[in-house]
Amino acid sequence: MTVVQHTAHPAPKLYWIVALILALVTALEVAASYIDALDPVLVPLLLGLGAIKFGIVIAFFMHLKFDRPLYRSLFLLGVFGSIPLFVVLLLTFNAL
Amino acid sequence: MSAHSVADPIPADHEGGFDLHRTRKTGMWVFLGSECIFFGAMISTFLLYRNTTADGPGAELFDVAFTSASSFVLLMSSLTMVLAHNAFERRDIRQARIWLTGTALLGATFLAGQIFEFTEFVHAGLTMSTSPFGSSFYMLTGFHGAHVAIGVMMLTAMVILSTSGRLHHDRGLNVELVGLYWHFVDIVWIVIFTIVYLLQV
Repeated sequence: MTVVQHTAHPAPKLYWIVALILALVTALEVAASYIDALDPVLVPLLLGLGAIKFGIVIAFFMHLKFDRPLYRSLFLLGVFGSIPLFVVLLLTFNAL
Repeated sequence: MSAHSVADPIPADHEGGFDLHRTRKTGMWVFLGSECIFFGAMISTFLLYRNTTADGPGAELFDVAFTSASSFVLLMSSLTMVLAHNAFERRDIRQARIWLTGTALLGATFLAGQIFEFTEFVHAGLTMSTSPFGSSFYMLTGFHGAHVAIGVMMLTAMVILSTSGRLHHDRGLNVELVGLYWHFVDIVWIVIFTIVYLLQV
């Protein structure tokens, strides 16, 4: 019985850089939520910044960027599957 | 994670057999995909009821600065988790144990912050039964907290196993699967923090 060799993953230095970027984006999000001038674009801005953080974590920390495409498909199926669920729920309660 | 998986080596692809390593990892990704639907349903419910406070307290109770600090703690726990996995792949069990312990402690810190926050909200009059807002808020953040608690327990088990010499470098998949679960808990919080806290300010 042999042991499976994992796909090569990034070096620790890259993880520290990714963590720094995540911290900076979080700081930007919090700052943006307090700036009144950004109110008209706040929702898309915060959703965009949240999506960036989400993407960075799944790509680098969860290794989806380096792993088998099947894993990416399975996960994204769940992520995008929740969108019609959201729409159906809002329609059910006449909130859309 | 079964005792069997910890005790047995990971079989690789071979004629007539199947790849247990890939099967377990695929299973974990299917589970995480289904968890997206689970949390998606609860986030949708919160959005539906976010304005129905029934004249009780609502989002004005949120302390964004405090929750930002909690979010930072959870984000950094993802860093320590990935460093633990990396150390494990380099067969540096001692280093991996240090990072795993750090991840568990950061997770416990996040949970302590959540308990403190819930206590403050209850004292301010926001309970599960106050309003649909309260119910959906506690259900969403409470389920996330339960996931964090399960993650902390799994991390603690990993640390104990490694301390007693039962977590060898050829069992790296166990650390990877716990890591995937932990990062998932982190990304769910990224969404909750944005939608529940920041967009309500």
